[in-house]
Amino acid sequence: MSTTTLERPDAAAAPKPEQAEKLVIFAWSGDLDRVWPALILATTGAAMGKETTVLFTFWGLFPLVRDEVRITGENWMQKMLSMMNRGGTDHLKLSRMNFAGAGSAMMKHLAREHHLASPHELLDLAREMGVRLVPCQMTMDLLGLGREDLIEGLDQPAGATTALAEAQGAITLFI
Amino acid sequence: MEATITTSLDLKGLSCPIPIVRTARAMKELAPGQLIEVFATDPGSVPDFAAWSRSTGNPLVESGEQAGVFRFVLRKKGVMR
Repeated sequence: MSTTTLERPDAAAAPKPEQAEKLVIFAWSGDLDRVWPALILATTGAAMGKETTVLFTFWGLFPLVRDEVRITGENWMQKMLSMMNRGGTDHLKLSRMNFAGAGSAMMKHLAREHHLASPHELLDLAREMGVRLVPCQMTMDLLGLGREDLIEGLDQPAGATTALAEAQGAITLFI
Repeated sequence: MEATITTSLDLKGLSCPIPIVRTARAMKELAPGQLIEVFATDPGSVPDFAAWSRSTGNPLVESGEQAGVFRFVLRKKGVMR
């Protein structure tokens, strides 16, 4: 057995170097292998006591679509887009080696074996932990996604100004 | 006065970031000075618990390993009442 006593209990009272108190993630991708780490970082940020915001834009919006919603959009182009790119955390695909879904299925299988929380679970956890999940209004309009197509517990849809204002003095990640 | 361990968490078998997330949540329930003990098997948790401690200011008072199980003891920051 190895045990190390790491520091005096009062060591933490010493002044720490300046740290960002906020974490802002721009979730641009709808790929499983990007959404996953984005949500891992968001929940970890919240666990580290950082005020955490995730702004979902472009392809990143599709994981926020309710899993049971099949077709979104108002016109044929938006509907076609949703047919080819089904939304919801249960339908995410790998950016590489997807092999018509076989790769994603294998990845999810491996993740279960390693007791890794799924994107779905991480999204629930993020909401519970008070992570602000902000859908980008402009992308919602562009892709034909209504508030009713998206999961509960999201912040009011906002734009680039809100995102950049939030990002001031924060750690920012574009994923 | 030596503080005793108030809460013990069994997070064996769970992967990043769940051990940290669960510990952070449990830590919220503690009063300053109280200790929490965590068991985990994710080897990444060794640097991660140290980093979480440095970043949040809650001292990691013990970090050990026995038969592949890591044990961490953290103290809730703040002044004991």
